[in-house]
Amino acid sequence: MLAPLLRIAHLTKKFGNSTVVDDLSLEIMAGECLGVIGPNGAGKTTTIRVCLGLTGPDAGEIEAFGLPVPAQVREAKKRIGVVTQFDSLDPDFNCAENLRVYGAYFGLPRATIEARVPKLLEFAALQSKAGAKPGELSGGMKRRLSLGRALINDPDLLILDEPTTGLDPQARHLMWERLQNLLHQGKAILLTTHFMDEAERLCDRLIVLDHGRKIAEGTPRGLIAAHLETDVVEVYGEGAAAAGRAHVALAERVETSGETVFFYLRNAKPLLDALADDHSVRYLHRPANLEDLFLKLTGRQIRDDA
Amino acid sequence: MTAPVSMLVSFYATPRLTPSFWPVVMRNLLVWKKLAGPSVLGNIAEPLITLVAFGYGVGSLIGQIDGMPYIQYLASGSIAVSAALAATFEALYSAYSRMAVQKTWDSILNAPVALDDIVFAEMLWAAIKALFSCAAILVVIFLLGISRAPMMLLALPVLGLAGVTFASLGLVFNAVAKGYDFFTYYFTLVITPMTFLSGVYFPITQMPHWLQVVAEVLPLKAAVDLVRPLVLGTWPVDPLRPFLILTAYAACGYYLALVLTRRRFFG
Repeated sequence: MLAPLLRIAHLTKKFGNSTVVDDLSLEIMAGECLGVIGPNGAGKTTTIRVCLGLTGPDAGEIEAFGLPVPAQVREAKKRIGVVTQFDSLDPDFNCAENLRVYGAYFGLPRATIEARVPKLLEFAALQSKAGAKPGELSGGMKRRLSLGRALINDPDLLILDEPTTGLDPQARHLMWERLQNLLHQGKAILLTTHFMDEAERLCDRLIVLDHGRKIAEGTPRGLIAAHLETDVVEVYGEGAAAAGRAHVALAERVETSGETVFFYLRNAKPLLDALADDHSVRYLHRPANLEDLFLKLTGRQIRDDA
Repeated sequence: MTAPVSMLVSFYATPRLTPSFWPVVMRNLLVWKKLAGPSVLGNIAEPLITLVAFGYGVGSLIGQIDGMPYIQYLASGSIAVSAALAATFEALYSAYSRMAVQKTWDSILNAPVALDDIVFAEMLWAAIKALFSCAAILVVIFLLGISRAPMMLLALPVLGLAGVTFASLGLVFNAVAKGYDFFTYYFTLVITPMTFLSGVYFPITQMPHWLQVVAEVLPLKAAVDLVRPLVLGTWPVDPLRPFLILTAYAACGYYLALVLTRRRFFG
């Protein structure tokens, strides 16, 4: 029986009177990618900070590599790599120096660091930027350097807090490719993200967090199958609202968000036939995806702190 | 107050030190080395200009103070001010940049380095920087012939201790700062008055009696009392008292800085 790399049991964390993480339990096994998705303020970053011993739990137990957190978190951190939500690269150092200096914090021998630096620069696609300082890098380059820096200790577990937020599609795809590469190498990843396509692509398992509580857990496909109809027809245009009212019987569920009406259904043909002659609307028929799941579980309203 | 389990360590626990503080000191040294040229030049040029201008300029009007030429009085006192200023600057502005602006401390905390190690490293680094400045000033003092006493080298460890003291005091204010503006108060209300009360530019016997009593317990006055004779080649008359004052400020300041920094990060 394999022990989980990270185990959180019944974690609760409060700030003043507000409960930020509420009775959360999760486990990550070796080589697994676990995604934690949830709206802003759901408790994702706080959970990570508790796991790293940066803030103490109010209740619950955490173990990383079998070591209790926060009591022995320093020992555990030797095997963890972290990419935080906001880049915290050292602006005074170039890319290679950023990696070297960070390696020193782990007490790694100089020879080990020197052997890893060129490989990590290559991994981050930054060989030609070894001498450039973070201020000269694009957003995607900075994120990749942050990822490279998190790998300097050759960790078994990576904790990535929204690693692709703010990146353009090209930079995001390059990041995904690198993360997939790491998963192939057998590294475990704990990933928080707002991007459902990212979660679907990378994660073996997902946890949906809202108001600090775990409201769903499973594989991306399994979650969609369990909570949603198979198909979605999005209808927009001036006649959308009227169409929503007229065809409500053809779908299992109808939702309106702004100008768009969402029909959730298992058999789309009757609705598509009915819409085909309606020139006041445009529509899109697609399979249900994680975003639909996310919106169903956490609602469409904007969060106060979003 | 939340349940005790939330306390990572008690805020008031004694300092826990591990060898992990050393890479943090080296990080700061590496950054300093990149700018060492202008920095060393400034370290030498600034005291050179001040000593020549005030020492010879004002000194020619004043003649002797406490039985020595004014330039000797000024040089042997202002070197202690330089130690205090260098350490204070590093512990306030530079440490604050690393802590709150660049988030360097946050990224270090994701590695197996604890906050106690970082605070100790910052304190030590600020003291080392103070030593760099003072060593440059001793060179100037030597070159200008203000003192040629080999004993002035013994002033360096004392100046290092003064660096530790003022770094620790600076880190107290760093721990509670919300922005750079806050540090102006510390300089205006604490450091600047202290330099005038510590017998650096003129003897405090000019002052009202009650101010002299206050001055006797100031850390900068203690540093000057130790450093001035050493720079000029004599032993301090009563070294124990100022040494204890400096050490007490350093110990209390460091502990308070640590407690407040823990509160800032984990509170």
